[in-house]
Amino acid sequence: MSTPRPGHDLAREPPAVRHPHPHESAHLHVTGEASYLDDLPELARTAHAALGLSAQAHARITRLDLDAVRAMPGVIGVLTADDIPGVNDCGPIMHDDPILAAGAVPGMEVHYAGQPIFAVIADSHEAARHAARAAVIEYAPLPALLDPLDAARQHALVLPPMQRVRGDPAARLAAAPHRLAGQWQVGGQEHFYLEGQIACAAPREDGCIQLWSSTQHPTEMQHAVAQALGLVANRVVVETRRMGGGFGGKESQSALFACVAALAAWKFRRPVKLRPDRDDDMLITGKRHDFHYDYEVGFDDEGRVLALRIEMVARAGFSADLSGPVATRAVCHVDNAYYLSDVDIRALLARTNTQSSTAFRGFGGPQGAIAIEYLLDGIARHLGRDPLDVRKLNFYGGAGRDTTPYGQRVADNVIHALVAELEADSDYRARRAAVAAFNAASPVLKKGLALTPVKFGISFNLTHLNQAGALVHVFTDGSVLVNHGGTEMGQGLHTKVCQVVAAEFGIALASVRATATDTSKVANTSATAASTGADLNGQAAVAAARTIRQRLAEFALLQFDKGGGEGSGGPGGQGGQPEAAGAARTRALRADPDRVRFANGQVFVGEHAIPFAELVGEAYRARVQLWSDGFYATPGLHWDAATLTGHPFYYFAYGAAVSEVLIDTLTGEWRLLRADLLHDAGDSINPAIDRGQVEGGFIQGMGWLTMEELYRDADGRLLTHAPSTYKIPAAHDCPAELRVRLFHNPNRAATLLRSKAVGEPPLLLAFSVWFAIRDAIAAVGDGRTSPPLRAPATPEAILDAIDAMRPAAASSPTRPSRT
Amino acid sequence: MDSQTIRILLNGEPVDIADVAPTTSLLAWLRVTCGLTGTKEGCNEGDCGACTVVIGELRDDRTHGAARLHLAAINACLRFVPTLDGKAVFTVEYLRRQAGGALHPVQQALVDCHGSQCGFCTPGFVMSLWDVYNACAADGARPSADRIRSALTGNLCRCTGYRPIIEAGERMFEHPTLMLDRDALRRQLLALQRTTSLDYTHASARFLAPRTLAELLELRERHPEATLLAGGTDVGVWVNKRLSAVSPLLYVGEVAELHRIQEGDGVLHIGAAVNLSDAFAALAARYPELGELWERFASPPVRNAGTLGGNIANGSPIGDAMPALIALRSRIVLASLRGARRLALEDFYLGYLRKDLAADEILTTIEVPLPGEGLQFRTWKLSKRFDSDISALCGAFALRLEHGVVRTPRIAFGGMAATPRRATRTEAAIDGQPWTEATLARALQALAQDFQPITDLRASAGYRHRGAAGLLRRFHLETRADAPLTPAQTRVFHAFDPAAGAQAVADPCADDPSADT
Repeated sequence: MSTPRPGHDLAREPPAVRHPHPHESAHLHVTGEASYLDDLPELARTAHAALGLSAQAHARITRLDLDAVRAMPGVIGVLTADDIPGVNDCGPIMHDDPILAAGAVPGMEVHYAGQPIFAVIADSHEAARHAARAAVIEYAPLPALLDPLDAARQHALVLPPMQRVRGDPAARLAAAPHRLAGQWQVGGQEHFYLEGQIACAAPREDGCIQLWSSTQHPTEMQHAVAQALGLVANRVVVETRRMGGGFGGKESQSALFACVAALAAWKFRRPVKLRPDRDDDMLITGKRHDFHYDYEVGFDDEGRVLALRIEMVARAGFSADLSGPVATRAVCHVDNAYYLSDVDIRALLARTNTQSSTAFRGFGGPQGAIAIEYLLDGIARHLGRDPLDVRKLNFYGGAGRDTTPYGQRVADNVIHALVAELEADSDYRARRAAVAAFNAASPVLKKGLALTPVKFGISFNLTHLNQAGALVHVFTDGSVLVNHGGTEMGQGLHTKVCQVVAAEFGIALASVRATATDTSKVANTSATAASTGADLNGQAAVAAARTIRQRLAEFALLQFDKGGGEGSGGPGGQGGQPEAAGAARTRALRADPDRVRFANGQVFVGEHAIPFAELVGEAYRARVQLWSDGFYATPGLHWDAATLTGHPFYYFAYGAAVSEVLIDTLTGEWRLLRADLLHDAGDSINPAIDRGQVEGGFIQGMGWLTMEELYRDADGRLLTHAPSTYKIPAAHDCPAELRVRLFHNPNRAATLLRSKAVGEPPLLLAFSVWFAIRDAIAAVGDGRTSPPLRAPATPEAILDAIDAMRPAAASSPTRPSRT
Repeated sequence: MDSQTIRILLNGEPVDIADVAPTTSLLAWLRVTCGLTGTKEGCNEGDCGACTVVIGELRDDRTHGAARLHLAAINACLRFVPTLDGKAVFTVEYLRRQAGGALHPVQQALVDCHGSQCGFCTPGFVMSLWDVYNACAADGARPSADRIRSALTGNLCRCTGYRPIIEAGERMFEHPTLMLDRDALRRQLLALQRTTSLDYTHASARFLAPRTLAELLELRERHPEATLLAGGTDVGVWVNKRLSAVSPLLYVGEVAELHRIQEGDGVLHIGAAVNLSDAFAALAARYPELGELWERFASPPVRNAGTLGGNIANGSPIGDAMPALIALRSRIVLASLRGARRLALEDFYLGYLRKDLAADEILTTIEVPLPGEGLQFRTWKLSKRFDSDISALCGAFALRLEHGVVRTPRIAFGGMAATPRRATRTEAAIDGQPWTEATLARALQALAQDFQPITDLRASAGYRHRGAAGLLRRFHLETRADAPLTPAQTRVFHAFDPAAGAQAVADPCADDPSADT
């Protein structure tokens, strides 16, 4: 990859923004030269840690004998909770997450099968893995809560229940002409980032620690390590160049690994790397929350929802982790794209003796939104209408139908136009008829079709997290380095940030590089999460670049613009200018920013043009500051966690998808035949990266709802802890016909170049696959009965639903009642 | 006894290895010892493909007596270093060297198509595509999307959803073709070949690689405690995951006799060390009905390493080859210094992981009868995912219809019992009966009595019962005399071209081995 000389003529270069540039690391990905943490050359004397895990879901440890571990070849030592000088906790909010099982033996308790009890440090990765299994651990079992509904019934919750009531749902339910009530559930999901969790820590002089971590949240790793070691934050530096995938799984739960590596490095005074193998990673870390719904919905003859009562029980696992905000987002997405006038939404976070459920792309949003889709699908079948028509009927829009249950006005609604466009492009109506014709003639195989919409709120619910910082360096040769608080996990954040900075300076994208995220550069950063990475960090980087550009513009005016002042750039430079002249230039620029233009690698002042690099060099010699910080805080947000009301989202992202599937009624096997996706990425900064997010999110969501099944035995042990047993989508699951388009819709909010966040929302497009499967199953029955299909819709779940349809409607989970 | 040195060709350079444990995986050796960190560990069990590399080896040509070059993608995590003695290993780092510092067309296509996001799986995809690229460059073919998909079923990507990667595979020949110098590679490998058997010891762990069957049988008798190693796709998992001690290892992969595929006396003889790719190519050339199972059987890197003999001798109740082989009345040959014996495959399995195999015996050959007149044969598996998933159950059905009457039925299932087993009650219920709906109904009743499957993470007992019944019903629908249904009417997956994989691997039994050189 050749780097163009900074400031060379860019007239024929592609524009820096609104162009499908490859990922900034694409050339490194394909050559294997992109360094992930385990690829970095190891420091001298680097030791390797492995964790000893609980075999029981809930127990008191009566004996913990690590002598055999210490005696294993290559072992340097062991680490237990007793070795923690600070606090034995790595929880992000509630501080109920022990790093290593807490308490003295006997009495030390474990709360899930897979919980780390101790760590062993050895001279090689393999030696540590072997040694970890030599421990002698005896348990006195305690009663284990494994089922979230059992836990909720016993009021075993990690946080108090949440409830949002609007209107008079009870009265309107009672008065509704039609009602459906029942229970349903969606499963959890393992992140299966291809690069597993990993951290490496090295002791530094003066009681400091350097940490390298595969994390979405370096600042939180900094705080967790500082807290565990009893240090103040300025003694811990965390660096993250890139992750091999995150998806939320490295937002909070990278902390345990960061803390163990740091504690071991501290205790043994040498660098320590902790890279759990895939099985340990999956046994230790939390997954997407499985959700269990109990609902009652009232509607009119056309299918218009009149009132909704829904209780959602989510598996929080053994600790709170991020479950509180996950539940909040679920509550804020039960409406999806629909106006719900009278609602009673409750969310319970069940404490179970399983891994602590955590962030996963969508963060509760998908689990909230799929509930209303499930209900609308059921309403449509109950009334014998096409589900799309019922969905449209309930869309936000029209007088008095534009406020969410949590009180925010949906001011940027485009769902009508977007769905209309997709309905036409995908030929939905004709294919609906073709599917019916196929099914009528096909005794064994059935087809199904579904169109589902997405509306997704963008911003962290918690207002104060919506801030970001960046640091931009312009070097004297005109090359630019950007550092910001966001982390790169494959989503293309660094690419977009480099693009907007390049655009700001009017230089080639190749002249701008992003560095590793580093807590010693930008402080107090938020997690790269909630799809906000580019929105927040891009704005901060633009702010920094704009400050430098302003200085350069003023300097250029000084140099070239007779009206701007003296023009030699001689000794003294900016610093020596009379204050009045400087202020005059600033005023002049404010009045007419175009007096100095940055484009095509040049800086234009009137008829003068100077290469960017040349101007930069001259500015340096004139002692102009060529680096700057930048800061951004999303405006206009507020949120009241007590009442679950406010204006939590800066804007909404929209999308819709049509999926067509084929199922086998004899075996439950299924296949996605075609998918049409139309997604709103605002005015896209990089259409290739955004498309990648859309189709990647769609396939990932499809995995969640169809083939990815977490299976625990009767003792609560997770048996699906490797790709041999836990199946994420593979090559043949991507349909041969996958039509993806971005919906052109410049953001009405003043976001980065009017783009929209695109990380999470497309995952919800996969609803269409699940509902298409359900549609195909419905063809087995009378078409009016809603198939009792679980999620994930494995072949077994599909066959169960088919079998339930054979004696039509006998065991439907929805109990239709007409009043 | 002096330990010998392992010699391999790593990215074109000869390397001598004498300082690794015999169970050191190629992946660990590449990353830790060689510092070649482009090859990634994603799962260490051959299921994610992040560690995919390409192996080059010389094979004997039966017809011409000349060694020919064979390239195949494998999982580096499941490959013990000593098994690579005399072979070439290509990692992602080689491609840029091959392209003179630029990006190889495979890599450029992936960049052009935005085929990487987090990038961690990317080197594995690059190597799987490079394997296809080299095969196509050699024979002038251009890969179809189906062939690309089939080649990538062993590589997991969590970010992209695969579409751009498949597109990159289709577009990798848009750039000027870069030919691998096969003659030079062949010469380099010839220079590396040893004439005696490898006997490698490190820190008291031993690896023995006999080159003849006689030698193997002798070593087997002398080392009944030895772990037999073939493709390593299972033994590698024992070592990586269970941390099992497997020394001494007795490697069958260098035994020439065990690599033969021959047809004679109405029987296809497949050597026990023939890898699954070659075995399926030979079988599917004679039984096209095996196409879908072949496509779904593990993944190309696993099929390129794992052997048919290993799949059988392993004794797993869920090996996907067994139901079909049992339904086709296959026999196996077990040999020892005491002599050889033949056994019906189903009689080999005595109980869960228990086999009729003496401590000094070796499985040498699988004998599969060729299809006779009027045979109706099908085999299907059911699993959560189409690609590379372990079966919840796998069924195989074979019978002949004489004037609408069922003759010599054979029905076998995996995943329904502690061993792969025949459905004897079901067979009895249809034998000599008209192949009608009424007979099917009796067969379904019998099938429910034939097995008492378990509930586990792959499926419940109930689903196994109903899925097995569904497959039997599908078999009936496709083979009944009265208005049989076509695969397009009975199978969700029929539109997958099962021959797509076959295009990449010629029938190893055929006379012209050009596709393989």
